[in-house]
Amino acid sequence: MRFGPIVVTFLTGTLLIAIFFIPHHAAQETQSVILEWADIVYTFALLLGSLSLWAMHQKKVQQRGEGWIYSVVTLVSLGGVTFLGVVQGVAGGTVVGRVYNMVNAPLASTMFSLLAFFIASAAFRAFRARNVEATLLLVTAIVMMIGRVSIGEYMWKGFPPLTEWLLDVPNLAAKRAVALGIGLGAISTALKIILGIDRSYLGRG
Amino acid sequence: MAATTKSFWHRILGIDRRWIFLLVGIGTTLPLLFPVNLPVAASPRVKAAYQAVEDVPEGSLVLVSLDYEPDIMAELQPMAIAVLRHCFRRHLKPVILTLYPAGPGLIERALEISSAAEGGRTRNEDYVFLGYKSGNQAVILGLGENIRGLFPRDFYGTSTDSIPLMRRVNSFTDFPLLVNLSGSSIADYYIRIGASRYHRPMILGSTAVMASDYYPYLSSGQIKGLIGGMKGAAEYERLVGIVGDARHGMDAQSLVHVIVVLLVLLGNVALFATGGPKPRIGGGA
Repeated sequence: MRFGPIVVTFLTGTLLIAIFFIPHHAAQETQSVILEWADIVYTFALLLGSLSLWAMHQKKVQQRGEGWIYSVVTLVSLGGVTFLGVVQGVAGGTVVGRVYNMVNAPLASTMFSLLAFFIASAAFRAFRARNVEATLLLVTAIVMMIGRVSIGEYMWKGFPPLTEWLLDVPNLAAKRAVALGIGLGAISTALKIILGIDRSYLGRG
Repeated sequence: MAATTKSFWHRILGIDRRWIFLLVGIGTTLPLLFPVNLPVAASPRVKAAYQAVEDVPEGSLVLVSLDYEPDIMAELQPMAIAVLRHCFRRHLKPVILTLYPAGPGLIERALEISSAAEGGRTRNEDYVFLGYKSGNQAVILGLGENIRGLFPRDFYGTSTDSIPLMRRVNSFTDFPLLVNLSGSSIADYYIRIGASRYHRPMILGSTAVMASDYYPYLSSGQIKGLIGGMKGAAEYERLVGIVGDARHGMDAQSLVHVIVVLLVLLGNVALFATGGPKPRIGGGA
């Protein structure tokens, strides 16, 4: 039962890697075809996700689970917006466009804006000079917070260059190391999957 | 007296977080109601991004991928407006798309604002809006092969084959510049595919939190410029010579940062006044 998926994974993986390095027209044509397949798979994944969301919330409403009223809102929104979007389109002047501008955009922005309040409170409680490492973090955070806003330059001309140095030297060195580590890790994981060593994606170990 | 002082610092350590919320609320609201328009100095990274747009020959098409949703619009929407206005001012023709389903509404608004501010621009003559396409990495790979095949119709339902501007381009290689404003790993895909595989000059705009992740790509030359967060957007606005939402927002951001720093300092003074580091006092964030 597992042989088929492992062979498909191996062939697809090696083919896509090979295509990446072959500039020949035939290779690029093959890639275009595979991309079309990917597009179709993504579209079905979107459909599957929507149906799954619907089924989950429908079940919750039927069973009157905790917070079921919010599931009703989700179902009405999902159904209504999908129906209107299919019938009318989603451009600016349509109902979906207005719902987006008047409901979705302000709600999403508001939710994210709340972070500013929680981060301020968390910073007050977390940035404490408890030891040398925490003190280093505290000092760096203060320099970055002041040096990266307009008022920092007014306070001290040295703040912007100091923040630039922090970003260009210690930050860049650490980020490069992390990026290289992630890259090597991704290559090794991909190879393990392509070669059939890691079969966890098939389920049950 | 000593007992009173100790009690005061203990109270500071255990301050109700709602007082902090109130301070942040005031710090955000006041500068927005009474702007002081603090001057913004442009960093080398933003100057490089600006210069990359300046270097594109007049009349060229520029691929602009605006990959964000309303949650981070405070940072990326002013950036998009500033970049689009810069393109329009230089008579460049942006071909715009998004890989986020909730992106088109914001892009329409950004186009409306930038077009009106630059004396009016005509859809499909001065710019093309292709709309949303699902698939992230697969779409970006497809942009290198067959854009009109990937987007047979634009956002408004017009066949892309019938748009004269679109007849001039069908792949990354047809664009002298890629612009990606993103709040996610989509930026990585554009760098790997558009900038590295197809060797296209690219500028990137990201949220402030993400910006430091892309410094290695900047120093390696894989991206030509980097606009980070609202500060980067404000710097770009300054270079373009406009005062938009980013420059207005910087006043509020400045004051809130000062408040947070003062709170952190106060917390540390209180920590040492109460006998130095020990297990935390007070509630959660």
